[in-house]
This record gives sequence, structure tokens and C-alpha cells, in this order.
Amino acid sequence: MTSQTHAMLDEASAVLLTPGGLDLAALDDGLGHAMGPGIDYADLYFQRSWHEGWVLEDGEVKEASYNIDGGVGVRALAGEKTGFAYSNQITVDALAETGRTAAGIVRRGERRAAAPGVAMASQARYAGVDPLTGLSAEDKIAMLKLADRVARAADPSVAQVSASLTGVHEVVLVRASDGTLAADIRPLVRFNVSVIAVRNGRRERGSAGGGGRYAMVRLRDENVAERYAKEAVRQALVNLEAVAAPAGQMPVVLGPGWPGILLHEAVGHGLEGDFNRKGSSAFAGRIGQRVASRGVTVVDDATLDDRRGSLSVDDEGTPGQSTTLIEDGILTGYMQDKLNARLMGMAPTGNARRESFAHLPMPRMTNTYMRAGNDDPADILKSVRRGIYAVSFGGGQVDITSGKFVFSASEAYLIEDGKITAPVKGATLIGNGPEAMGRVSMIGHDMELDTGIGVCGKEGQGVPVGVGQPTLKLDELTVGGTQS
Amino acid sequence: MTQAFDAAAQQTLLESRARTALDLARRLGADACEVGASVDQGVGVSVREGEVETVELSRDQGIAVTVYVGQRKGSASSSDAGEASVRAVVEKALAIARHTGEDPASGLAEARRMASELPDLDVHHPWPLSIDAATDLALRCESAGRGMAGIKSSDGASLSSGEGVRVYANSHGFLGSQRGSRHSLSCMLIAEDENGMQRDYDYTSARDPRDLAAADAVGESAAHRTLRRLGARRPVTGRMPVLFDPTLASGLIGHLMGAIAGGALYRQASFLCDRLDTPLFPEWFSLGERPMEVGAMASSPFDGDGVQTRDNVFVRDGRLASYMLSAYSARRLGLETTGNAGGARNLRITAPLESREALLARMGRGVLVTELMGQGVNGVTGDYSRGAAGFWVEDGEIQHPVEEFTIAGNLETMFQGLVGVGDDIDTRGSIHTGSWLVDEMMVAGG
Repeated sequence: MTSQTHAMLDEASAVLLTPGGLDLAALDDGLGHAMGPGIDYADLYFQRSWHEGWVLEDGEVKEASYNIDGGVGVRALAGEKTGFAYSNQITVDALAETGRTAAGIVRRGERRAAAPGVAMASQARYAGVDPLTGLSAEDKIAMLKLADRVARAADPSVAQVSASLTGVHEVVLVRASDGTLAADIRPLVRFNVSVIAVRNGRRERGSAGGGGRYAMVRLRDENVAERYAKEAVRQALVNLEAVAAPAGQMPVVLGPGWPGILLHEAVGHGLEGDFNRKGSSAFAGRIGQRVASRGVTVVDDATLDDRRGSLSVDDEGTPGQSTTLIEDGILTGYMQDKLNARLMGMAPTGNARRESFAHLPMPRMTNTYMRAGNDDPADILKSVRRGIYAVSFGGGQVDITSGKFVFSASEAYLIEDGKITAPVKGATLIGNGPEAMGRVSMIGHDMELDTGIGVCGKEGQGVPVGVGQPTLKLDELTVGGTQS
Repeated sequence: MTQAFDAAAQQTLLESRARTALDLARRLGADACEVGASVDQGVGVSVREGEVETVELSRDQGIAVTVYVGQRKGSASSSDAGEASVRAVVEKALAIARHTGEDPASGLAEARRMASELPDLDVHHPWPLSIDAATDLALRCESAGRGMAGIKSSDGASLSSGEGVRVYANSHGFLGSQRGSRHSLSCMLIAEDENGMQRDYDYTSARDPRDLAAADAVGESAAHRTLRRLGARRPVTGRMPVLFDPTLASGLIGHLMGAIAGGALYRQASFLCDRLDTPLFPEWFSLGERPMEVGAMASSPFDGDGVQTRDNVFVRDGRLASYMLSAYSARRLGLETTGNAGGARNLRITAPLESREALLARMGRGVLVTELMGQGVNGVTGDYSRGAAGFWVEDGEIQHPVEEFTIAGNLETMFQGLVGVGDDIDTRGSIHTGSWLVDEMMVAGG
């Protein structure tokens, strides 16, 4: 155990356990309640989070909010069965009550003892700081006002500017019956600018933002207020010129970075362990098979420094890791939590995530991206006679069973004879995951990660994620425009 | 439920916490204050392939405080409504109000608008259901669906049942509280043919467990909905009429309400800015809300500002008759609140209703859309482009399932192009409507 791991456990214990009269040793008794007859695994997940948000509108920060959340979630597993209860009190009594409730899922069977807790060494992927401190309220307000001034000065058509600065300080501690003892302090910050531009009676929106797992002060040092304000205005102005998007099947070139949402929807969700164990994914049973073009390598990587989707340890205490999902077009792995890994005879991959102590963990993505290829982005555009070049997206969705996925462009252009000609209105792109990945014909050498804005939703639970990719060409995808 | 939930005692406790917060805020220097507090408790059981998969017991509480110091505002909230936590929340809200800028529109709704008529709207029907009984219902639902020929496997059936109390109070002396309950049962199934797998689901949801559909009917319907998707092809690309299933038609009403919400209007982030009293729909179409409807999904006598709710008409004879405003957004627009802080409650349409067959016959050739995917709706421009699945219709008859296509248009044109509403009203949610037939949209498929 490293001294860093030790310090993290001490801090988490002081924040989470001490106020309710508990300590690390007392967790053995807590686990004992959840390890009822027939239970083969149980875990306790302690969490406390502080969320702060500042919002600017009409040039003024009129609104700010602060939220304190926290409690303990207790889970008991027996085979494929899960019992779950939680409490917003972290006390001896709450542990006993939630433990017994969770264990109530089975009532007969052998009573197993929990293994003694051993702190596992894990490498920190971000500094365990409170991101809300370090900037005064005045500093935070000044950043938001700067974004407003920059956006309004950028173009006379800018009619509305809204900007927000949010931060979460989260402390978690996991103790499981398999001996797992782990703690993590997870900062997460984000700055966002959204503008409405009006010209000749036409109204369009542009937005930009980003952040990661670090202190708010870094957002100021990197001057994001100015950068995102300019970027939001640029996007709104492009959209003011946009013509109707074409409809039908055509080649699609995706820009680098955030368009990696394609991978998140088209392959990512379909490779989560739970869907594959249950056989409900279009990718189920296909490990070792070709599911994408040659040259396509997709990884889910929790170990990138300071990224929005990174995790030093996951919500079951497993260290975050990098998992190759597709290598040179061949399906090589799934993303797993402990339950699904055990039932499939595989190893956990550090992908167990939960929205909070009041939600059950599931296999989820962290930072999912495609590795760079060898093509020059300019050559990729040149190769298209008539198609779409999409550089920014709103969101996406997938039906993991049929494999159909969508993602909606918020900034896109028409490509005609290898040249970008006119901006087109936002349109939804639809395809079939495995088919679309087989139509990737060119991969740029310009791999980029997104700026740190992704939220992934699954079964009603939202978690922060990252995506990334190089410039990509798909030979054919359906574009949902209005122009025949 | 296995955990005891004494709704009356919880209500008394929350009301007392809200009063404590108001008193404390005043003593610590707030000129005005408002508090929302809630407690919810529930059980969720899910089964898959004939076995229990998860049993979840939930109990959530929260308190949110907004204070006003002059025209400055601060808000704070916590998932713990205990006494110590209430104090921390009030102090934090006041600390924030020292930093925020002055906002001439900020403040509580006018005292004279506070709800005085607070009838019991009959929305609290707890279900004393044991885990075993809940499991039995979920199993019965799943087994009815799994038993249908052609179903390959189950993605699970779930029963959830919950009740709760919410309280809103402000420094005008208004205090409103309401107990409520909600129960639902759902089932998702998977079918497979040589072209691959398809899944679909069905559900039932109600305030009163006696209003839920029978468990086996839900399972059978889920099976029917799943099986009918097998053999789906892609439709041709072109302009054609689109018939929206009732659940999706209520989504279109949702987009309309988003665009006439005060927050979108004062931010100029709506395609319906400055459209009051102008024609939006055909003149045979009207839309209103019934917040005091007894036993309905979204019934409440007071809104999120404590203002008395009322039967608003948003679209009258096709014209946009009213925006949807809270006290704050109304002040921003120089208008008066419509009692819609927190949204609309129990939206109901008025239109001549036609049978599904009649609508299909009028459509002739086009697509019936039963599922939409993605977020391709731009509230600023009204531009609409979404992934879809459904059925191909030729000569007024359903021919075969279709998938992997998009439908695109603009909400304003779609509203004007509404040519018929079905009598197949879906009453499960807070928006009640039948199918919508829209005269022409761009379909992009194969």
C-alpha cells in the first residue's frame, strides 16, 4: 500500500465515517449485516458530494446554487440476484438496517464471512483536490462576465449570452466482502457558454464548453471563458448561414474529437458486459470476430490524466484501466463490473460505475476513443464527391439489441467534389453499429479527445464520460436532412 | 411495502422543517425565502427469465431553499432534511446571495396569487405490497410475454411502487403540501429472426394500483409489440405523410410546451417568440391543462411558486392563446404568471377524433412511426430530425415494419400540417392525446 493510497483512505474515512461515529474497522460489522444467509458478495459504498453552480444571464450572475448530497448504498449478491438498499445517514444503525434489507433477497443458505479489508494500491489519475476552493466567488463571477463580454464583442448579431461554471467535489469509499478497501476523491469542473445570434429575423444557437477532473482555477489559467465564448459565437454564425441538409444515404466525414460520440453509441454500449451476459446486445458472442474495418482500434481508457471520464478506482474499488475493445477491426473485449465478469468467467475491467450511492453500479464507459490512423484529414475530404462533413454533435442514442444508433449533428457542412461548400442545418445520422463500423474507409492521423462535456445515460443513471477519435470517413450512412 | 411509511407523520415533519427554514432565513437576514422539501419511498423488483434479478428499496429526501436579499438571490439544497442540514442549507443560500447580482425580476410571486383553494385531489394511493407479491406480479407479467410463440428471451419485467410527500412554503405565509403515489409495471422482450434481434416493451402506470392494467396483458402486449418488428426493412427516401403513435404525439406536445415556456421565451431561445395570438395549428385543434383533475398524474392545486393553478388554454381554435409562465419568467416578459412554475399539469387536447383505420386510410402511403431515437429537436429554430422505427403503409394498410430511417421537418410546419388526431388516447402519462397524422415530412431511408 502506498502512502498516497493510505492518505486517501484516511481523508475519505474522516469525511465519510467519522461524523457518524464510524471508522474503517467498524465496516466489518456493517458488511456482516449484508452477508446474510446465501449471500456470496456484499459491498458498502459511501459517498459525499458538494456541487456548486454559477449561471450568468443578461450580463449578470443572478443565480447560483449549492447542493450537498451523500449517504451509503449497500448491495448484496447471490448468484444473479441483487438486493439493494441505501440511506442518507452514515451511522451504525443505518448500516445494520440497509445491510439486513439488502441481504433479504435470499433467506436460506450458507453464511459466508467477509474477507478482511486490504487497501489495494492504485495509481491516481487526477489530484484528489476540492475543485471548488482556490477561486473566490468574485473570481468565478469575473470569469463568467468575461465570457459575456467576449461573446458580445465578437459579433453584433449576438443577442443572448448565457454562461455557467459548475464544479463537484466528491469523496467515495468502497468496502466489499472480497476484501476490497478503496477510496477516491474525484474533482469535476466544467465551463459552458451558449449564445443566441439573430440576423434578418433568423435565430440560431451556438455553444461550447469543457472541463475535467481538476480544480476550477485551471479553467481560469487556461482562459476557457474567452475560448469557449469565441467558439460558441463562431458556431452560431455558421448556423445562421446554414442551408437545408440533404436526406438519404451518402458518405459522411466526421471531424476529430467530440464526434467520437459515434463510437460511444455505435459500439460502446453494445460492448458493456451486462448486455452481453444477457445476450441482448447485437455484439453478444462475437469476441474474436471482425466487427469493424481494418485499422479500426477502439479503447476504453479510464487512465488518462485529468479527463472527465477517468477513474483512479471504479465504484467497486477496482483500479481504472485501459481496455482494448476492438483491435484492427476484431472484437477483443467487453467492459465489465464484478457481477457480470464473474457470471461470464471474465475479469473485472474497472468499468463499474453508478450515479450515486442511491443507484446500483453497472458496466459503463469511461473515455472511449479510436486510435489514430495514417490518413491526412485533407485527403479524406478530397476523396468525397458528395457527402457531409460533421464536426459537432448534440447527443446520441442506441438500441443495443437491433444495433441501430443515432447521433445528431449541431455543426455540419456539405462536401461537393472534395471541397467543403456550405454549412447545413443540424441533422440526425442513423446507422447500424456493426455495419457502420465496417464502412469506415479512411482514418486520419489527427486523433483528438473531446473538451470534456459528455454525460452518458443508462437505465436512468447519468455519469460523466469522454470520447475521442481522429477524422473518419464512413462510406455510407443515412443523413436525416430535409432536402431530397 | 416492507418498510413502514407513515405519510401523515412525514408530512407533519416536513412542514415543520419548512417553517424552521423560513424562520431561520428571516432571522439570518433574508428579506424573503421559499422552501421545497420532499420525501419519497419505494420498492422496485425486477425479474428476468423467470428469476428475481434485483430488489431495490429506495428512500429519498431533500430540502431546497431559495433566499432573497433585496433583489439578490441564493439557492442551496441537500439530500438530508435533518435539522442540522436545514441550518447549513439556509446559511449557504444566504452566503451565495451576498455574491449574486441584482435582478429586478427576482422575488416571490405576489402574495395575492397564493393558492387558497387546496382540495384533496385524490392522488395518494399507497400499495401495501410485499416483496413476494411484487415479485409474483412481475413474474406473471414476464411469463405471459415469454410464453408467446416467437419470443426468444426476456430483457426483464419490473414492478415499482412508491409514495411520497412534498411541501412548498414561502415567507408570504403560504404552505402547501401534497401526498402522492405512483405504481408501474413494465416488460421488455427480445425476438429474433434471420435478420437479427429486435426488442420492444410495454408498461402500465397509475396513481392508484387498481388502475394498473393486468400483469399478463402488459406481458402479452410487450410480446406483440416485439414480434411485429421482426422482418423490418428500410423505407425509401422521399416526402410523405407521417402518423405518430400516441406516445410520440405527446412528445410533440412536449416540444410545443418547451417552446412556449417563459424561460425559453425571455432567453429568445424559442421558435415561438412573439407568436402569441397567431395561428399555429389548424382551427379545429385546441390544447389546455386541467391541474385540478381528481386522481390525475400531474394534479396539484398550487404551482412551484405557491400560485393557485388554473385551467389554462394554450392553443384555442388553432391559435397560440397563452404562454406557459412562472412568476419570474412572467416578470421578465412583462406579463402575468399563468401558474405554471414547474410546467403544465394534465394537458388535454380538443379535436375531432378519428379511428386508427380512418387515419391510415387518409394517409394512403407513408410511415406509421412507433419509436423515435435521439435528441434531434432544435427548440431555437423548430428544426426536427430524428431516428425512427415503425411501419410502412400503402393503400391505407400496414405492409411491413420499417427501421433505420429518419424523419425530418420543422415543428412549426408540422403543427400547421396536422391533418388528423386519433381516438387511441394514451392516458398513462400527464399528456393525453391520440395519434397525430402530419401531412408531409422528409423520410430518409434506403
